[in-house]
Amino acid sequence: MMTDTATVIKTPLYKRPRCLTDEVTHYCSGCGHGIMHRMLAELIDELDIREKTIGIAPVGCAVLAYNYIDIDWSEAAHGRPPAVATGIKRVQPDKIVFTYQGDGDLASIGMAETIHAANRGENITIIFINNGIYAMTQGQMAPTTLAGQVTTTTPRGRSVEEEGPPIKVCELLQGFERVRLLARTAVNSPENVRKTRKLLKKALMYQIEGTGFSLIEVLSACPTYWRKTPQDCSDFIENVMSATFPLRVFKDTGKGLP
Amino acid sequence: MTENKGKILFSGNEAAAEAAIRAGCKFYAGYPITPQNELIAYMADQLPLRDGVFVQAESELAAINMVFGAAASGVRTMTSSSSPGISLKQEGISYIAGSELPAVIINVQRGGPGLGGIGSAQGDYFQSTRSGGHGDYRCMVLAPATAQEMADMTFLAFDLADMYRMPVIVLSDAVTGQMMEGICFDDMEEPKKWSKPWALTGATGRERNIVHSFHLDQEELENFNKKLQAKYEAIKQKECRFETAGGDAPEYVMVAFGSCARTLKQIVTDPPEELKGKLGLFRPITLWPFPGEALAQYAASAKGVLTVEMNAGQMVEDVRLTVNGKIPVHLMPHPGGGIPVEARIRKKLTSLFCDDPPKQ
Ligand SMILES: Cc1ncc(C[n+]2csc(CCOP(=O)(O)OP(=O)(O)O)c2C)c(N)n1
Ligand code: SF4
Repeated sequence: MMTDTATVIKTPLYKRPRCLTDEVTHYCSGCGHGIMHRMLAELIDELDIREKTIGIAPVGCAVLAYNYIDIDWSEAAHGRPPAVATGIKRVQPDKIVFTYQGDGDLASIGMAETIHAANRGENITIIFINNGIYAMTQGQMAPTTLAGQVTTTTPRGRSVEEEGPPIKVCELLQGFERVRLLARTAVNSPENVRKTRKLLKKALMYQIEGTGFSLIEVLSACPTYWRKTPQDCSDFIENVMSATFPLRVFKDTGKGLP
Repeated sequence: MTENKGKILFSGNEAAAEAAIRAGCKFYAGYPITPQNELIAYMADQLPLRDGVFVQAESELAAINMVFGAAASGVRTMTSSSSPGISLKQEGISYIAGSELPAVIINVQRGGPGLGGIGSAQGDYFQSTRSGGHGDYRCMVLAPATAQEMADMTFLAFDLADMYRMPVIVLSDAVTGQMMEGICFDDMEEPKKWSKPWALTGATGRERNIVHSFHLDQEELENFNKKLQAKYEAIKQKECRFETAGGDAPEYVMVAFGSCARTLKQIVTDPPEELKGKLGLFRPITLWPFPGEALAQYAASAKGVLTVEMNAGQMVEDVRLTVNGKIPVHLMPHPGGGIPVEARIRKKLTSLFCDDPPKQ
């Protein structure tokens, strides 16, 4: 069958989500942050929660996330988004509150805030971008840096004897009674992007339902400080990173949601 | 009997907590530390019963950042701690100042540095009146001397915080926080309502709000800093608070704040024989803004000033800046916890101002 180009243009399948501003992002090409921003914006549109959603941006490459998604936003000091989210959600339980954090932010300087928000079972959603590196500060070791991985502060590769092995946040939080949904996904392939989208939607829906803390960990590429091409980054996530950080749902105590 | 009418026996810490609730505080987060534990316990007990939220945070860092979130939501919010915990809160206080959010912080000071002790002290004067955390910002600082004032100044702190959109510190100490006194709440009015169009409440029918302190563009950051400084200048003009006791133009002026001023007040009402009619007390109530002009006026015809502080000498620097070398300024420091004994202060006064010739 012939496709009528004019019709295709009139009804585009792929539009800018209402929530995504038309600001040009400062992310490098091939960076996972851009994919996650778009996904989040799409979901906020789809769930029709733009007018009651409050995001908390981290200190890290996503520090300016508030310029790209058209909702109310708060900044937070490095590592403190779960505490700021707790303050916001506790006084506005009817709002949808999420944090968007890197691995340095969430699992190093902000580990205490992460663990205690999870333990309290704050009814918030945490989007945890694991790129295995401190990107914004030019590529130092993160708590999630792989064993042997070279960074500016592990020039001979991360030594498990000296620096310890990478911290696995999902495995760590798995035993927390009040955690509702805990999953590790990736955005290195269309299939994984679709899976991530599904899980993130679920997490937001659980929050809308009012029933609990969710954390979605997303393995995400940093071509710039991994010093790899975007394609090599995708392969690295597929073949190397996900060996240390297996992609799976660690906990889902919900029922009935898609 | 009548003078106790309407009074309840409260510690200063409980008085501050009750006043905060009456001021409409809707969110409190804290972490245990002596000597402010009565405050967190009172909040835990009362706030949830009175339309508010209490959270025992995992650290002072988390507590102040929870307060950041509640403040960004537009509700009245407070945290409290004592010196070591206040050090941890400095990061959050700087962010609150930089994001122009209103919040109240109570510091029931104890001795330092480090873990110090749990006795009364005033060693956090510099930390509170300068920036405390990083960057060019100020907090308004109120220094209560009685349990009643802990209540009144906490209530006032919420208004000042909302009016100027900035952190306001109530700088108390172990004695003022823990001593029990008769408190009256009858004069406390209904809390004022402030419009907060900047608050994060979900972008319903308006443009999105963003609470942030990040200005990557240097010129933008410079302009923001200038705006902050202009606000601070206006506060210096309008919000200086102080109290005097003794004569209007005393020959000798004592300067003290907080519980220390309380001891000195006693001396002024019953001065040493040789200093009768000659002695006055100047007590800054706002430590920032420091009521320098008022002090300069009060001490205009004085021959000597004595500053008494429960630290190694911190406010004395502001006193010296104020009198600018015109009058000798003496210091009676009392660092490390504990209250200067009245008899020792009297002795110091006579040795300084009554010896012939007077010491310079
Ligand atoms: C208290 C504090 N310490 C350090 C920094 C510097 N800093 C900014 S971003 C960052 C690391 C961010 O790494 P990550 O959270 O992994 O996010 P990414 O940039 O990789 O997305 C650091 C250390 C800071 N801003 N504040
Ligand atoms: S440095 Fe890395 S994480 Fe940061 S924007 Fe570039 S690719 Fe993304």
